[in-house]
Amino acid sequence: MSEIEPVEDILAIAETWRAAGETVALATVTETWGSSPRPAGSQMAITASGRMAGSVSGGCIEGAVAEAARETITSGVPRLLDFGVTHERAWEVGLACGGKVKVFVEALA
Amino acid sequence: MTPALLAALQAARAAKRPIVRGTRLPDGATILLPDDPAAPPALDAAARAALRADASGTVEIEGENWFLQVFNPPPRLAVIGAVHIAQALAPMAAGLGFGVTVIDPRGAFATKERFPGIEITTAWPDEAMDAFAPDTRSAIVTLTHDPKLDDPALDAALRSPAFYLGALGSRKTHAARLKRLRELGHDEATLARIHGPVGLDIEAVTAPEIALSILAEIVAVRRGATMGQKAAA
Repeated sequence: MSEIEPVEDILAIAETWRAAGETVALATVTETWGSSPRPAGSQMAITASGRMAGSVSGGCIEGAVAEAARETITSGVPRLLDFGVTHERAWEVGLACGGKVKVFVEALA
Repeated sequence: MTPALLAALQAARAAKRPIVRGTRLPDGATILLPDDPAAPPALDAAARAALRADASGTVEIEGENWFLQVFNPPPRLAVIGAVHIAQALAPMAAGLGFGVTVIDPRGAFATKERFPGIEITTAWPDEAMDAFAPDTRSAIVTLTHDPKLDDPALDAALRSPAFYLGALGSRKTHAARLKRLRELGHDEATLARIHGPVGLDIEAVTAPEIALSILAEIVAVRRGATMGQKAAA
C-alpha cells in the first residue's frame, strides 16, 4: 500500500467523469423526515452512460433517482423529487424504512 | 451547477476553507457562501450558522427555499507515538475522513515506510502540538507510554478546545498520569476530558482491534452517543 485510500468524494468523481467526456448529473438529499438512512447533503453522481457513485438512501431509491437524473440530463431541467411511504409510487420506490426524503437532481453543465 | 462553480467549490475544499453551497430550489441557482456580496444578508447568516452546526439543510429566505450544503474541512487527528498501534490507527482514521498527523521525535519510529501517505512530524510533542493547533474539530491520542512524550502533548491538548483526548495505558498508568498532569495545574474537570484507558471496551487484543476501539470512541464522542461519555478512570 503506497497511498491512503481517500474518503469517497462524489463531487471529485463527478468532475473526473465530466473531464473524461461523460455527461453527468448530481443528486443531493435536501430534506429528510423519520428514519431516513442518509442525512441531508448526501450525494450521488450519475452519468448518461449508466455510471453511479455514492448514495441518497440505503439503496431503496437509487434506481429511481438515476432514472430521473438521466431525464434531467436530456431535458436540462433540474427536479426536486419526493420519496416516502405516501408517495404515489410507493410500491415501486418507497423507502422500506418508513422515512421520507427530498432529492434534488441537476445536470452538471 | 456549472462546472466552473463546481471547480471553485472543490478549490475551497482543497484549501480546507469552510464553504457552503447554497442551491435555490427548485431551479438550482447556485451561490457559494459565505462572503458573496450578491447574497442576501439573511442567507449569508444562515450559511454561517450551518457551518457552525456542521449540518446541511433547507432554509427559507425572502420567500425563497435554499438548500445549504455544508463543506467543513475534515476533522483532524493527532497521534502521539509512531508505534505499532499508530500504524493501524493512522490509515483507519484516514479512511474515516480524518486528516491524520503522527507525532514522534524518535526518527526510528516515525518513518515514511511505517506510515505511507500519512503526515509525520519528528518535532518534540509540545512544539508539534503548537504547530498542529488543535481546534474543536480535532482529536488527540497519545500512544507512547512514555511520560516524556505523552505528558507534554496531553498538557497542550488539555489547554485546547479539542473534542476528544485519549491516552493509552492501564488504569494504574492513567492514575499516575493524572497525578503528574494535576501537578502541572490541571483541575479535575479538565482532566476528566481525557479518555483513559483509551477506547471503547470491546476486549480488543490486536493493534487493529485497539485502533478500532479508539476510533469507535472518537466517533461516539463526535456524534454525541452515550457510550462516548465514559468517565475518565
